Parts: sequence; structure tokens; C-alpha cells
Amino acid sequence: MDSTIKRKFSVREIREDFPALRQTIYGKNLIYFDNGATSQKPQYVLDAINQYYSKDNANIHRGVHHLSQKATSEYEASRKFIAAYLNAKSSDEIIFTKGTTDGINLVASSYGHLLNAGDEILISAMEHHSNIVPWQMLCERKGCVLKVIPINKKGEIIQDEYEKLLSSKTKLVAVTHISNSLGTINPIKEMIQKAHAVGAKVLIDGAQSIQHDKIDVKDLDCDFFVFSGHKVFGPTGIGVLYGKETLLDRMPPYQGGGDMILKVTFDKTTYNELPYKFEAGTPHIAGGICLGKALEYLNQFDIESIKKHETELADYAQDLLLTFEDMNIIGESKKKTSVVSFIVDGIHPFDMGTLLDKQGIAVRTGHHCTQPLMDFYKIPGTVRASFAFYNTKEEIDTFIAAVEKSIGMLK
Amino acid sequence: MTLEEKQKEIVEDFAIYDDWMEKYEYIIELGRDLPIIEEDKKTKDRIIEGCQSQVWLDSSFADGKMHFKADSDAIITKGIIGLLIRVLDDEKPEDIAKCDLHFIQEIGLHEHLSPTRSNGLASMVKKMKMSALQALTTNDSEQKA
Repeated sequence: MDSTIKRKFSVREIREDFPALRQTIYGKNLIYFDNGATSQKPQYVLDAINQYYSKDNANIHRGVHHLSQKATSEYEASRKFIAAYLNAKSSDEIIFTKGTTDGINLVASSYGHLLNAGDEILISAMEHHSNIVPWQMLCERKGCVLKVIPINKKGEIIQDEYEKLLSSKTKLVAVTHISNSLGTINPIKEMIQKAHAVGAKVLIDGAQSIQHDKIDVKDLDCDFFVFSGHKVFGPTGIGVLYGKETLLDRMPPYQGGGDMILKVTFDKTTYNELPYKFEAGTPHIAGGICLGKALEYLNQFDIESIKKHETELADYAQDLLLTFEDMNIIGESKKKTSVVSFIVDGIHPFDMGTLLDKQGIAVRTGHHCTQPLMDFYKIPGTVRASFAFYNTKEEIDTFIAAVEKSIGMLK
Repeated sequence: MTLEEKQKEIVEDFAIYDDWMEKYEYIIELGRDLPIIEEDKKTKDRIIEGCQSQVWLDSSFADGKMHFKADSDAIITKGIIGLLIRVLDDEKPEDIAKCDLHFIQEIGLHEHLSPTRSNGLASMVKKMKMSALQALTTNDSEQKA
């Protein structure tokens, strides 16, 4: 796809690209507002998956035959494209993973190997469990100390508190770019600068930002950036860990196996170079190729048009939701992505979600894998509507009517 | 009324609703009608944590029969609890232990009992059956003694 001339942003035309949006659920047109959990896939990606398995399937890197070389070159071309998309220095800095969780675990295990007892790791109070638990496990293993940067009621990281927690003991700051439960966009560029000032490295969890904004790892100057393919219109089971080459070079391999070695003897094994050092075994070849296709698809559009449309949707939904009595929006930062999390006094999110589902509307309910955050707000969970660029105001109107009906039944 | 007859009766009750929202309106009503479990009985050992909603279950065994009280923080979960209690309450432990709760499938609410649904209901049914089995074993050993 040629990305130099941007495609006109037309929601109607974009919707045509996503076959999953054209279906009925319980006799109603599907309204898919669970994009924070996973996104739907465009035909361009579906065709690429089909093409790979029906024509190009072969194991990569080791085969001398035509198909193996073709699959290898497509897989590596995708890595190059992703490197360019993220503005990484080289494709050696792009490690294919199973997803965000896998990327964080890789860093916790491998970069964690370089840490010592007493070293401090900072996370924020709004992290997803996958950016909490791997660090807790590392702390148990190595005697490191996990510290939590508090947030305010609006759902923003308290920067003064962050600065107070930073010290020469801080070795790593692991924060989310965008909160999956609240939608808050964190000021990561400034946070990265502050961390670097005390010599700490920074991992950014980009699971919720890669689909909404342009990521420039050089400009951000982050040390690690992780994301999942399935949240950015690509397949499940594939993701990316971006890491600065100098750091990745210093880190020991994560898993052992084929592909990650140069030479194996029973006495000693020498490891392969980057990025293969971190990719043991046959990878998710179709996933790697098609994640590149998904980013190519997204790259046809001017990201500013996408952001504008998504912000309009979220503002529209939030304004309408606030007309209901006893409505609480959870996450009120001024800098938010297209996520609206809410809870109505006296109505359990599970009940609301169940009734919305039966009206053909897919939302997420519960704690969104952020239990400490729900404890902070003293709520059992929220109902979360998360929008993508293929959603429309008409869908929000239907959603609002369904919320009204559900409140009527549950109050 | 046997356990089987009670299941049949529920299926007949639900047959009049052909719309999902009507079905849920009825379930919500059942949830509101269910006598709540006393606050002092909402203890940690009675709680069944679900990912989505929480359930409290209090089981007892008297006069050869099982008795259940349960509650949930979500009203739909509570309504379905009401149906489960209607079927299983005041029944012999041996009947509970071996019963197949097919009515849930027949009224289209089986998704709520799937272990992956994590609303606590699947664990609740398991716990009800376990306490019936426990009562059965205790009863047997008491009789033998």
C-alpha cells in the first residue's frame, strides 16, 4: 500500500473494509464498542492471512527452497516496515512476541537478569495486571523493590509524586501510554525524560496507544515499547517488543531453542544476533507478516483524522451518558483517548453489560484486569465503551437508547 | 414436586417469552424477589469470587434435605440464583449430587453457567453439589455409627 498519498477518511468506506461489522447479533445490527479488548480486522489483513496459509506457508530462516525464502523475506520485510513505522533505528530493534504481555515478561525476565537486590522498579496505579505481575515476580526472584506512582481522582498520574519516587535506586519505570480502564493518555515523553535524568530505563506499555496515535520511539526516547497486533487490526498471538539495540545486546536470551542460536554443542552454545536472540522456535510467521499488513492498512490514513473522529465519538458518548441520573464517568482526565468507562449508582456493571449485549451492543464490563485501580475508586468494575475509527455517532445514539432502556429495567 | 418437575415448570414459565429483553425482565424480577442472605452470613467462607460478579452461598442440611440461601451483587446473577435455588432447595442430597440442570440450557441461559463466564455461578453450582455430597457422606457415616 502506498502511504505517501493518504486515503480520504470516510467512516462509511472504512466500515466496508471490516466484514465483522456487517452482522446481526440477537437479531440486531452488531455495535462493536469493545475495541479496547480487541479490534476487528480489515479485509486487507484477512486476505494476507489467507494468502500466507494457502500459498506461501513454509518455515522461515533455514529453508533453501523457494517457499521458505519467500516466507522469510515477507516476515523480514514486515519487521522492516514495523521498524520504519515506529521510527526505530534498525529492524534489529524489533522483536516479535506473542503480544504485550509476552513483551513485558521478556523484559522482566531478561532485563531483570541485569538487576540486583534493592534496585527499584516504578509502575503507576493504573497499570493493567500484565504490567504489574511480571514485576512482582521479578521482585520476588531478585529482591528488587516495586513502587507504585499514585494517581488522582481524575485518573491522572501525580507527577510530583512520580518525581519524589525517582532516585538513583530507580532502575526501571514501566508505565502505560494509555490506560485501558480510564482512557487517560499519560505524558510519557516528559516521564521518560525525568526517568533518564536519574539513569533509569523506561518501558512503555503501548497496548492501548498503537491504534490511536503515531508512535515515534526515537522522539519518545523510550527504552522499550510493547504492543499487541490484535489491538491494532492485526491477528492475535503476535506483538512487538521494541528495545534500544544497546540494551537488547546486553540482555541475555529469554527462551532457548531453535533459531536463537549460532552454534550448539553439549559444552557450550553461542547465541544468535539481534533480533533472533529473542525469538526461539518457529515464530508466528503469518502473524508477523499480517501485523505488518495491519499497520500498512492503518498507515493509509492521516492519523490526525482518526484521532479527531475518535475524540468526537468519545466526547459525544460522554456528554450523552452524563444526561442520565446517578451516572459516574470513571476517568476524567482532559487528555483521554476514545474510552468511556462508567458506572451508574445502584446498577452493577455486569447487569448493564448483559442487557446491552442482548441489544446487540458489545461493551466490556468488570475490572478490566486493573483490580488495584478499581479498589482505588472503590467500585466492583465499570462498563467500558471503547471506540475505533470505524464507529459512528449513529451507533452511539443506539447505544445511549440501550443504556436508557437498561437503566429503566435495572433501577 | 420432584426436581425434574421443577425444571420442567421453569422451562414452561420461560416459554411465553420470545424476546430476550422480556426474558431478562423476568429474571431481574426473580432477583428482586429472592430473599437476601443475612449480612452476617456474607462471610469470607461463603463468598464465591467471580471475575464479573460475586456470589454468597449458605448451605445447610436438615431432616434429610439440603437448604440453600444465596445472594449476589449483580441482580441478573441473583435472578439466575433464584432459579437454581427453586430447583435444588429442599431436595435430598443424593438427588442434588446426581442431577443434570438441563433447564438452564433449555431456557437459553447456559452462557451464564459456563465456567469461562466467571460470574461465580458455575462455581456456585459446583459448591451446591459438593455440599450435597458432603451431607451425604456425613449422613452415611452417622447412620453407620
